[in-house]
Amino acid sequence: MGEPGLRRDGTWVGASVPRREDPRLLTGRGRFVDDITLPRMLHAAFVRGTEAHALLTSVDLTGTRAVPGVVAAFDAADLGLGDITALLDRPAEEFTPTAMPVLARDRIRFAGEPVAIVLATDPYAAEDGVEAALVELEPLPPVVTEAAALTADGPPVHDEAPGNVLVDVSLFATDGIDSILDTALASSEQVVVTVETRTGRQNALPLETRGVVADWDDRDEQLVVRTCTQVPHQVRTVLARCAGLAERQVRVTVPDMGGGFGQKCVVGREEIAAAAAARLLRRPVKWIEDRREALTASFLAREQHYTARAAFSRDGEILALDADVVCDMGAYSCYPFTAGIEPLMASAEMPSVYRVPAYRVRGRAITTNKAPTAPYRGVSRPQYVMVMERLMERAARTLGLDALDVRRRNLITEFPYRGINGVTYDPGSYRESLDLCEQVLRDEGWPGRAPDDGRVVGIGYACFSERTGYGSGAFAQRRMQVVPGFDISQITMDLDGTVTVTTGTLSHGQSHETTFAQIVADRLGIGYDKVTIVQGDTDRITYGWGSFASRSVTIGGSAAAAATDKLGEQLCMLAAHLAGVDADVCELDGAGGVRAGDRTLPFTELADVAYLRAHLLPKDVGPGLTATASFDVAGDGTFSNATHGCVVALDPGTGGVEILRYVCVEDCGVAIHPRVVEGQARGGIAQGIAGALFEQVTYDELGQPLTPSFMEYKVPTAAEIPDVRIEHLETPCAFTANGAKGAGEGGTIGAPAAVLNAVNDALRHTGVELDHTPLARADLYAALNREAS
Amino acid sequence: MTDVQLVELTVNGERHDLAIPPRRTLADVLRHDLGLTGTHVGCEHGICGACTVLVDGAPARACLLFAAQVEYAAISTVESLAGPDGELSDLQRCFGEHHGLQCGFCTPGFLMLAEGYLAEEPHATREEIREVVASNLCRCTGYETIIDAVDDCASRRRAALQAALDPVPAAAPRPDPGSTA
Repeated sequence: MGEPGLRRDGTWVGASVPRREDPRLLTGRGRFVDDITLPRMLHAAFVRGTEAHALLTSVDLTGTRAVPGVVAAFDAADLGLGDITALLDRPAEEFTPTAMPVLARDRIRFAGEPVAIVLATDPYAAEDGVEAALVELEPLPPVVTEAAALTADGPPVHDEAPGNVLVDVSLFATDGIDSILDTALASSEQVVVTVETRTGRQNALPLETRGVVADWDDRDEQLVVRTCTQVPHQVRTVLARCAGLAERQVRVTVPDMGGGFGQKCVVGREEIAAAAAARLLRRPVKWIEDRREALTASFLAREQHYTARAAFSRDGEILALDADVVCDMGAYSCYPFTAGIEPLMASAEMPSVYRVPAYRVRGRAITTNKAPTAPYRGVSRPQYVMVMERLMERAARTLGLDALDVRRRNLITEFPYRGINGVTYDPGSYRESLDLCEQVLRDEGWPGRAPDDGRVVGIGYACFSERTGYGSGAFAQRRMQVVPGFDISQITMDLDGTVTVTTGTLSHGQSHETTFAQIVADRLGIGYDKVTIVQGDTDRITYGWGSFASRSVTIGGSAAAAATDKLGEQLCMLAAHLAGVDADVCELDGAGGVRAGDRTLPFTELADVAYLRAHLLPKDVGPGLTATASFDVAGDGTFSNATHGCVVALDPGTGGVEILRYVCVEDCGVAIHPRVVEGQARGGIAQGIAGALFEQVTYDELGQPLTPSFMEYKVPTAAEIPDVRIEHLETPCAFTANGAKGAGEGGTIGAPAAVLNAVNDALRHTGVELDHTPLARADLYAALNREAS
Repeated sequence: MTDVQLVELTVNGERHDLAIPPRRTLADVLRHDLGLTGTHVGCEHGICGACTVLVDGAPARACLLFAAQVEYAAISTVESLAGPDGELSDLQRCFGEHHGLQCGFCTPGFLMLAEGYLAEEPHATREEIREVVASNLCRCTGYETIIDAVDDCASRRRAALQAALDPVPAAAPRPDPGSTA
């Protein structure tokens, strides 16, 4: 079977087998969107608004249409598309619906907003056409900062939201929380500590920018849209609604994807506009976002401001948590999640891994004249974990206790645990991961082994869990009008005994072709190279929700497992009939066949009957070998957890930071492919460090983007990202296939808090505490040299 | 801007005669005129390195070069690494074994960067390799496994070279010094 000899205990799950994706990607034979070329294809480029906030008074494309090579140019009126609108089922005082037009009609809400689409015979000519467009704007005072948004003394970003607040939700408000906090303030036996954190606006930054190749197929009467999205069915639904097409008239397929990290899990207006242009022109249209567009006009994330206070007893037990969360969602609400995605995530999950007995939170999404936001790997969890971990540190400092002991006093250790937030936490290794992380760093000799070179050294930790496998039940609590959650999988066995399995999730780097094949292979008893995974095609896959929120293996993998088990039952029934024995004495033999009494029937023999000699089938069994199953999580999902530990050295001469050591102790239940899990952790940690120390999207006071290239938006390289030691713990999930929990986001969640705590530990002698990210060199230099100034 | 220029380009040992606008980048010519889509474009301003190819053996950003600039140079792309039957090169195998790629978009650039670098510096240390890997951006891996892959490939090449130089065991037939094979 060509097995690479990596099976552990005779199973594929748990073995780091060679990735099925690798050969084509290593040889340059992958197929990414921009690799697709169709006959008579046109290239699209967008005319974009240059002001952050303006009335759009006229769009003149006459000059554009005269540019050699330009075939057509359309503005909003020409395309006549419906708006993209994402809704929450919440009352007016909690949620203000706003619409995102595909092309701006009468208002520009951020610098870079698309106004018109230019179609030309090559991309160079399309850009020439953009240059020739005349757009008249009447500038309005821009709303650039949180303070300006909440002051709301100028024209609002959306007239429907005069206060620039799109979501305002107050939750939980445990009875008596005010008196707990007041008592603590007045008592000498208790303390109240406060933390105010700010996190910079970031770009998820998949290295492949967004892109689409669309064409109208007259034979299939379909608009075929090849686009790099994490959510193909949602693109289909939005495109069908915006363009007035039937769902069946749109086919969305996803080729190889160069990363997504959340930025591609919302529907983009450019992919809709390009597809609409292809339909109008009856010619294929390609749009490939350039990096400047990706940095200024795609979906951003992470700009949040928390004010939190917590009461602690003298021995470090948390008594109450009161938090205010403001998320700057930029100009528009994203589909399908809405602008509520960040504040609702933060509000629901903020107590994190700790036993918080009293909790109150207000979460707001504000709108500003900046590029809109989408969920980004971790979604608010990097921020609220930072808040909780800073609270633990500050309480320890205030009380004169060890910060890890304060955490231990509060960590959830008995499972299942029902939190003050109404969420039930399934078993994890919260305490164990902290103990192991501390032990690893201690055994390695940190922080003592740091070089004695004049730099100051600090050590920091972050404990957290991450809800993965959100089913319909968990998403319904958000009250989105469209509720993601389930996944449907179909498996078909061919004549040769190989199987093809569909999944509504899809990989943008996570290795589904390998890991899903491992899951299916074990259940059928065939090689993982005999399993083909079909993903990212709305014509071949029943309505799916794509990949985000670390849902693929937990939910998609469980659906694939359920479909496989159904097929296994079919095979057993068929074998029983052919062997003339009862079905209950039949079982899969783990080697590509069915043991039926004293006979063994290979799958090929069963498939032969199912397809080529159907007259031999039992009367009540139809031909073919195919099964469909779905999976959903009725409860609250499953929690992965981890502790990160980090050692930093700060240079008082430059304000520079070096990460000397990074340790991650993670528990994602059963790892289907340990090396892939480690890859997710390492890559996630790199993105978390990027947010902690390097990356920030900035604007000037007029809302003009100041980070339009990689010269300004500083993406860390191998010189900045340290090697990471990873240790695994394994607390299997009780209700997913194979006991797996999600593993996609944890690295990004823990890293900012761990780095920030380490930096603050190093700054201990200065009395300065920093509670924002990214930490600029200037901030650190000032802190380190405070005594001198 | 629609004027065309005749350009002769040698890519992966094969000569191509092109009639292209002078402003056409090498990256676009490779990808869209020659169909060699393994070279990826991630930023078009020379920072990310996804488009790295070899020009006369040295790594170069194909997005910063006009095709007309590299006429008569020998250009190598990721498509040159594997054997004609698709058999992976040692470097490609190391990337796979160390999980030095996830989405695979940046991978061709890192492969060509490493291919050019190791040819010049076969004795590079892991820290030197890290510095060179810092030339390009990867958003998935956190870089460690890319460094591992390049380092491992360098070690294997050194070991293979050493094995070839070591005295051949007496039992084995010695090659005929007069042979031209």
